[in-house]
Amino acid sequence: MNPPRYAVRVLIGVFSVLATLMLSACWRRGAQKELTVAGSTSIQPFADRWAEVYMTKYPGKVVNVQGGGSSAGIQAARSGAADIGTSSRELKPEERDLTEIVVARDGLAVIVHPSSLVSDLTIAQVQQIFAGKIRNWSELGGRDKLITVVTREEGSGTRGAFQEMVMGKVRIYKGAIVEDSNGTVREIVAGDPDSIGYISLGLVNEAVKALKLDGVIPTDENILEKRYRLVRPFLFVTNGPASGEAKNFIDFVLSEEGQDLIKKEGLIPAQ
Amino acid sequence: MYFNPRVEQKIVRVILCLFTFITVAILVFIMIFILRKGLPVVSWEFLSKNPLDMGKSGGIFSTIIGTIALTFMALLVATPLGVGTAIFLTEYTFESRLTRVIRFGAECLAGIPSIIFGLFGFILFVTKLKFGWSILSGGLTLAFMILPTIIRTSEEAVRAVPGSYRQVSYSLGSTKWQTVTRVVLPSALPGIVTGVILSIGRSIGETAAVIFTAGSALRLPSSLFSSSRTMAVHFYVLAREGISMSKAYGTAAVLVLAILVINLVTYYLMEKFIRRYR
Amino acid sequence: MKKHRLERNEKLTRLVLLLIAFSAVSVLAVITIFIFAEGTPIMFRYGVKKFLLGLDWYPTEKSFGLLPMITGSMMVTLGALVLGVPFGLACAIFLTEFSSKRLRQLVKPVIELLAGIPSVVYGFMGVVLLVPFIRETLGGPGLSVLAASIILGIMILPTIISISIDSLLAVPSTYRDGSIAMGATRWQTVRMVLLPAARSGIIASIILGMGRAIGETMAVIMIAGNAIALPNSILAPVRTLTSNIALEMGYASGEHREALFATGVILFIIIMILNTVASISSARRVKRK
Repeated sequence: MNPPRYAVRVLIGVFSVLATLMLSACWRRGAQKELTVAGSTSIQPFADRWAEVYMTKYPGKVVNVQGGGSSAGIQAARSGAADIGTSSRELKPEERDLTEIVVARDGLAVIVHPSSLVSDLTIAQVQQIFAGKIRNWSELGGRDKLITVVTREEGSGTRGAFQEMVMGKVRIYKGAIVEDSNGTVREIVAGDPDSIGYISLGLVNEAVKALKLDGVIPTDENILEKRYRLVRPFLFVTNGPASGEAKNFIDFVLSEEGQDLIKKEGLIPAQ
Repeated sequence: MYFNPRVEQKIVRVILCLFTFITVAILVFIMIFILRKGLPVVSWEFLSKNPLDMGKSGGIFSTIIGTIALTFMALLVATPLGVGTAIFLTEYTFESRLTRVIRFGAECLAGIPSIIFGLFGFILFVTKLKFGWSILSGGLTLAFMILPTIIRTSEEAVRAVPGSYRQVSYSLGSTKWQTVTRVVLPSALPGIVTGVILSIGRSIGETAAVIFTAGSALRLPSSLFSSSRTMAVHFYVLAREGISMSKAYGTAAVLVLAILVINLVTYYLMEKFIRRYR
Repeated sequence: MKKHRLERNEKLTRLVLLLIAFSAVSVLAVITIFIFAEGTPIMFRYGVKKFLLGLDWYPTEKSFGLLPMITGSMMVTLGALVLGVPFGLACAIFLTEFSSKRLRQLVKPVIELLAGIPSVVYGFMGVVLLVPFIRETLGGPGLSVLAASIILGIMILPTIISISIDSLLAVPSTYRDGSIAMGATRWQTVRMVLLPAARSGIIASIILGMGRAIGETMAVIMIAGNAIALPNSILAPVRTLTSNIALEMGYASGEHREALFATGVILFIIIMILNTVASISSARRVKRK
């Protein structure tokens, strides 16, 4: 047989074998259902941690964690793309037909670059900055530099919570930089000495400085004592009451083991 | 002002040389930068362990599998479609409005931005057809994206087969189908494979369409309906969120190396293909 | 008897292949129809003029003005061309007319290789190296029109260079020889004979590069800042049409989602126009021969 014809046959053979393997993998879906948890980027690292421990504890079970933002997660829960949608903001009235369970509480930190001369602001000042009314750090005791405002995208639960608790009816400044996850906001603020942003308190690290708001330092203690007021719930949202695998996972998350896990990571338990 | 043409040429030559040098330097610099920062991170452990702690530690094994699964799924769908179309266009019809429409369609498909494929795939596969974020959704979306490339390269390859090969086959009494499968296709194989490999290169680097259809789950995918992260998506997430710069560079290095290898293989195959018809 | 069966099989094969070919086209048709079906109703309902010229993109308040994003895409693409075309053309001319064949055979594959580097890697390089540089030396947040233009310009270089080289090489050597025989220098030949002759191919390459720049999403999201305000300088942050879709797609529903499809429609139309111009341009090149 001449080489090219032989090659064609070999290729077709290999192709078919691999294709059969792939398609047979399709059938395994029936055997073991995967749980999809999608939504808030604030919750994502913690959900992933829960999933990691859950899967080690119950080998064979699979939990997939996605991001996309709180509104996307709620959408996904509604449409069925996800078994559990996660949200880092309260549900809106039109979303209340879905079932929500509080799995943790999280503070919202307003962050600036570590080298910033500003360490303490009032919530009113923060609102003015994010509204674009205060434009220069010098108006707040800092250097004579324009403030670079960094915010999250509209579907973000973190942004939703920030809007509700800090901005009220005031729109966030049009010229603000928009990024699509907590981590990215943190990276930008960590790199730009003149920037300001807001992220989940649980994700603050040494690369950024969390501001004192009205004199209160954002710590878990201050949140529990209700002194630091920027707190939002972490929600697991399901379409209808949770059942089956979803319920198992949520039970684990709410168990002592699950709650201990996130306490160690810097979140506040659901209580 | 009238410049002495010889002097003008000397000046222009220097400018052109400079521009070329800068261009090539920038492009090469990017590659070297990534490799220098990333290769030290790449080890057997890095390649064979799964990501832990959102990717802060561990390796990238599940993302490698995800990339391979997604690319393979895309090829599985796009190659028969693409090669079949190419064969139809060259062997089974004359140049007509029909063929021009088909070809124009393929060209347009080639120009559509990847995010639109992502949008389409997300609404159709993930949401409406309820495939969810999965290798299936991602693979199908990618398949549509690489289809034009496969059609174009396969058509060129099939066209390049000398007419004499076909004549001889017919004169020996073969049918059209026998000619196509036993003479034309084997001869056009290197060209077709080149197109396939080029598409592999493109699929590996694709991020926008993949993130919205295959999702970004970190676990090893267990079936076609599993969500899976590709290396490109993993790199994007790691780099953007500052989870681990070193792992990000490592992932990028693996990506760049893979693409280097793919391009070299393509180049070698094309040389062989061209030489065959000398 | 046997002949009948053979003919029937042939007809069957042809039919099957026709269906396959058609399905390839129908994929395009499905995508196009889908995007247009989901996107056009809202454009007319909201008012095409308000949609294209409105300055406010506040989807939660049902305000869908796309002008800042359209301007963003245009500015960034133009910037990419301003940087990419001179360097790209210079490179192509140098490699075809002013260097040895061996050099070209060495450099061209390297450039084509770099076309394969994923866009997220380019975006990342922009974030890590370019953005801080712009912020420290020129001011502004660094995430800007300028950053996006530079990175996009670099990304389209391989496209422009590769196709321009092919176009220049395709010019018959008689053109060159004739010009030199008449006493022109190499550069005069390039300027007055070769470039005009290769013009349609070069234009096609530029348009293809433009298409790539307009369609780029990931790199732009990483370095352009994504602000919804109309950019007032090249140092201002900007959002493009593609980034707009990517940032909001995951959670948009109802009218908001339709508005994103409408953004897709606009992108689509722009790129179709570019593609058609590029095809006509290269078809003209082929016809000339």
